[in-house]
Amino acid sequence: MRQRSTFLFTTLAFGYAFLYLPIVILMVYSFNDSRIQSVWNGFSLRWYASLLDNAQVIDAALLSLQIALISATIATVLGTLAGLSMTHMGRFKGRLLFTGLIAAPLIMPEVITGLSLLLVFVSTEQLIGWPESRGTMTIIIAHITFSMAFVAVIVQSRLSTVDKSLEEAAMDLGGRPYRVAIDVTLPLIAPAMVAGWLLAFTLSLDDLVIASFVSGPGANTLPMVIFSKVKLGVAPDINALATLIITVIGIGVVIAGFVMQRRERARITEYQATR
Amino acid sequence: MNTRYSEMADKAWRSFVIYLPYVWLLLFFLTPFLIVFKISFSDPVIAQPPFTPLFDWARSGLSAVYITFDNFLFLFEDDLYWLSYLKSVRVAAFSTLCCLLIGYPMAYAITRADTTARNILLLLVILPFWTSFLLRVYAWMGMLSTHGLINKGLLWMGFIDEPMKLLYTDFAVYLGIVYTYLPFMILPLYAALQKLDLSIHEAASDLGATPFRVFIDITLPMSATGIIAGCLLVFIPAIGEYVIPTLLGGSDSLMIGRQLFNEFFENRDWPVASAVATILLFILVIPIMLFQRYQITAGTNVNE
Repeated sequence: MRQRSTFLFTTLAFGYAFLYLPIVILMVYSFNDSRIQSVWNGFSLRWYASLLDNAQVIDAALLSLQIALISATIATVLGTLAGLSMTHMGRFKGRLLFTGLIAAPLIMPEVITGLSLLLVFVSTEQLIGWPESRGTMTIIIAHITFSMAFVAVIVQSRLSTVDKSLEEAAMDLGGRPYRVAIDVTLPLIAPAMVAGWLLAFTLSLDDLVIASFVSGPGANTLPMVIFSKVKLGVAPDINALATLIITVIGIGVVIAGFVMQRRERARITEYQATR
Repeated sequence: MNTRYSEMADKAWRSFVIYLPYVWLLLFFLTPFLIVFKISFSDPVIAQPPFTPLFDWARSGLSAVYITFDNFLFLFEDDLYWLSYLKSVRVAAFSTLCCLLIGYPMAYAITRADTTARNILLLLVILPFWTSFLLRVYAWMGMLSTHGLINKGLLWMGFIDEPMKLLYTDFAVYLGIVYTYLPFMILPLYAALQKLDLSIHEAASDLGATPFRVFIDITLPMSATGIIAGCLLVFIPAIGEYVIPTLLGGSDSLMIGRQLFNEFFENRDWPVASAVATILLFILVIPIMLFQRYQITAGTNVNE
């Protein structure tokens, strides 16, 4: 038994080192004074300072944030509705196709999604004159389309674990379905919706391939700017930018994780107390 | 009167919930594929957009349909595309196997940890899933470069006398894919392994089964759904990967996602790019259907 737990411990140690070492090294080198990554010239914040002067990076970051805020919000609404129709609406016409359409964006290679969305925008422009130009708007639509699938999966798995007796009680007392959904179901799945929104937000901030296809002249998102720079090799100011982004997201995820765990625990003890 | 009004409201609510996301997905997810399919049969022209319309709406309505198989013939004739498809399948399959071999013991070890440690370990698996994919691939560029940490370490330990070329090689592409998609493998494996009933293990051990036999006869078959889900979640996106071969692979790394991207952006040949995408989709139809079936059965199990 002892031998076995040593094996498992070693597995975990190597596994997590593999997952985290490259990021840690990248962060350490972002404080390197030297332009060349391999030579450590002493601690410096100069690459962070140079980011503040880089208008291209700042504009792209603002555009990406704007796109992520809008697309995550709409994707959360659509994804929640999709999750509801999968669990609460019973049978309806085309349910099987709908199930397929929700699961497909989760695994579809990005090049295919990007290319096909661009061609749809080009075709509608020819046929009905919309969209007049590609850019922020088309990126938002593309991001909503793939991230609503992730929201739907999260909401759906939450919906399948909530206690149905509350909703049934509300229905028996004469509540109309939409009132029950808003007054009873919505508060129950709120944590899943928050998690879904956060995931949609980070997916949108992170997307390079799909945005590259559907974007037009002038609309460069942050990943597009980063990619065009790092294609040429390691860049010290991108190290600094990466450190900032990963730190902010990392802290956010850890805090969200703890808050949700606490809430979940409170919910379980409350549930046990009422029984 | 009042009940009729309520019934109408109920129906409207039901249609709203079902059809708003449904119509969105039909418009922006299903229709696009049909259009890709359509354009893969049209001729490239130097114009904006650069392909001949399959249906000439203005002149003849639907009566004239121009179809050409040239784009597909072109793909069949040129070795480049065949080699790219083959290589993508090979790279994706081998990376999936590596993910499974690394991910399985990790997922197993996480299920055996105590509750607090398990929550932290799980959070650490999920965290990379949230942090930028592009930046995590980029992090390897520094690690693998000629004067990067790996070469420095190997030199220092005396395994090599001069730096090896690691970046811009196939090795780097495999490494990048395994690194990026490992969490996608661990999570479904963990979900499957966590459900295992340990009393079955104990019973088997009590009856004299060796740990190896217990693993082969009980643990492995009972975690099969997790293995299938994890493998599909890695294999399908990896096959069309663009960023990893572009940043970490050599200029000759012929993966089909990169080929499609170049055909589209550099050669501006949209019909050929569409044909490349169409064939890629045909290759992926079986794995995607498998994944869908798994999703649907998982969904109905949960509902019951």
